[in-house]
Amino acid sequence: MDNATTYREAVREAIRKAMREDERVFLMGEDVGRYGGCYAVSMGLLDEFGEERIIDAPLSESGFTGAGIGAAMNGMRPIVEIMTVNFSLLALDQIVNNAATLLHMSGGQFNVPLVIRMATGGGKQLGAQHSHSLEGWFAHVPGLKVLTPATAQDAYDMVGLALADPDPVLIFENALLYNAKGSLDVEATPLPIGKAFVAKEGKDVSVLTYGISLFKALDAAQSLAKDGIDAEVIDLRSLRPLDDETIMNSVKKTRKVLIVDEGWKSGSVSAEIMARINEQAFYELDAPMERVCTVEVPLPYAKHLEDAALPQVDKIVAMAKKVMGES
Amino acid sequence: MELDLAKAKEFYKGMLLIRRFEEKCVELYSNQKIRGFLHLYIGEEAIAVGLMSALGEDDAVLTTYREHGHALARGVRAKNVMAEMFGKVEGCSRGRGGSMHLFDAKTRFYGGSAIVAGSLPLAVGMALADKMMKRKRVTVCVFGDGAVAEGEFHESLNLAALWKLPVLFVCENNGYAMGTALKYTQSETDIYKKAASYKISSKQVDGMSVTEVAKAAARAVEDVKDGKGPAFIECLTYRFRAHSMFDAELYRDKKEVLEWKEKDPLLAFERKLQELNLWSGINLKEFEEEIKGVIDEAVEFAENGALEPVEDLEKFVYSEVSDG
Repeated sequence: MDNATTYREAVREAIRKAMREDERVFLMGEDVGRYGGCYAVSMGLLDEFGEERIIDAPLSESGFTGAGIGAAMNGMRPIVEIMTVNFSLLALDQIVNNAATLLHMSGGQFNVPLVIRMATGGGKQLGAQHSHSLEGWFAHVPGLKVLTPATAQDAYDMVGLALADPDPVLIFENALLYNAKGSLDVEATPLPIGKAFVAKEGKDVSVLTYGISLFKALDAAQSLAKDGIDAEVIDLRSLRPLDDETIMNSVKKTRKVLIVDEGWKSGSVSAEIMARINEQAFYELDAPMERVCTVEVPLPYAKHLEDAALPQVDKIVAMAKKVMGES
Repeated sequence: MELDLAKAKEFYKGMLLIRRFEEKCVELYSNQKIRGFLHLYIGEEAIAVGLMSALGEDDAVLTTYREHGHALARGVRAKNVMAEMFGKVEGCSRGRGGSMHLFDAKTRFYGGSAIVAGSLPLAVGMALADKMMKRKRVTVCVFGDGAVAEGEFHESLNLAALWKLPVLFVCENNGYAMGTALKYTQSETDIYKKAASYKISSKQVDGMSVTEVAKAAARAVEDVKDGKGPAFIECLTYRFRAHSMFDAELYRDKKEVLEWKEKDPLLAFERKLQELNLWSGINLKEFEEEIKGVIDEAVEFAENGALEPVEDLEKFVYSEVSDG
């Protein structure tokens, strides 16, 4: 396998494949058609599928996300694209009050097979309204599934997995990853929703992470190896459901835990993982757990400030050493 | 729409069922059999009955938290609605929804939503699916005048008009968003004009007249099914009871309530039938007895219903998917 496919192309190919195979699938969102997608994910799809299936929506996040829910309830398999996670807050009512509740509120009568994709994450100097990582909020809500593809393979696989799921699935694509290249095997059997992936095996410390932070963690692991620390790096892949089994197995092996989460610390995915380890594997731990998260500040524009706010390789290395008792 | 005796009986009985059903609900609420919020539809029955008479079984209905009337008029069985309010597993939402969230797949009743205007985008999407699949159906979305102040109202009307979707919006304008009169919340109190501004065929009708609503709905449904795009009906109506069971009604004049009660949809229809010499064909006593039977049976059914086992609490958060 080569490293020839970008994350962007992987998402696009997955959408293309799904739309060719299933007439119920359509893509709807702001600028997905004529513009080709804010991050060029859907470039070329309008030409192939026409404007009835690649639908340019007005700036009505609540309206078109809700329309996606309605269409899903009425037999379709919509993919709703929301330009960035910050804009998804305009659709929060539809996602939390409708998509997540309808199956339960209706006593199991109406499921919502909807896929919502959106860009997330900082690092592009886009300031405090385009850079946040709010996927942890959505992971709080029963009824939703929250996926965070880091690799081109997962970017491809997760579109298909989400479309095959009978319930609402949110896919968070880190915007800095769209240009990242990786290997893609379209014939491979996808790892299911809810399964974490051991990206690098190790025996000394478990680094639990997701999304773009996976690559920072892998770089940190290389650096740590030079100092004789063998880090295990786990790509969570799915924030809801979380793969407790893989997490606890790793904890039992390394007995030390570092979590890297681009969300803020307070009330975050990292906090949830710590709580679960506390509940399920406390006596396996040899040291207090640590985490590297985004500093609790609305992300600033200036590059040096934004860099300082986000998780970085040096911070991960330093914190891993602290967990190892070496700082 | 031809109003013959059969139709007259259907309309009158439909409205009377809602009235008596809800009066029973009040009693059961006082007896603490029904809990949570209970929003009564009394006074507004003509809209549900007139509207549902225009729909076919393939059509879909989405509505609000004041939806007992819509559910009953749509054909959701009274006993399943009552069991729902009792929180029983035989309820139309298995006791997961309650008064505000009645759902019924059989009659394509997609629920009461308790987020004001929250179901409008869903209706747009349901209609979008029908259009894409070339199905000749209409999705009806009912909401109150309070919804008009929400962004989702405007987003949805624009989308429906822009994409020429087969959706019928029905605004039940009872003059109050909970306790605040329309004139304190809207710069334009003729709501149908707002819909017209989105280039939606829209109309204001007397919501206390079952025949007026039925006529307007039938025409709108026909147009929508003919592919003419969305339609909008504003029904002027009034809620005779408090907003919910926790409302002291400090915001409206008793005189105003009495004036509207003169327009009671049951009385108004009775007067109309007298004018048409059809009233003599209505055996009110027989209706009352029949409806009492339906309601007594519903209460008994709900009383004897089962509670969902607590072990099943976490069911229906996600679909149960067979591994094949």
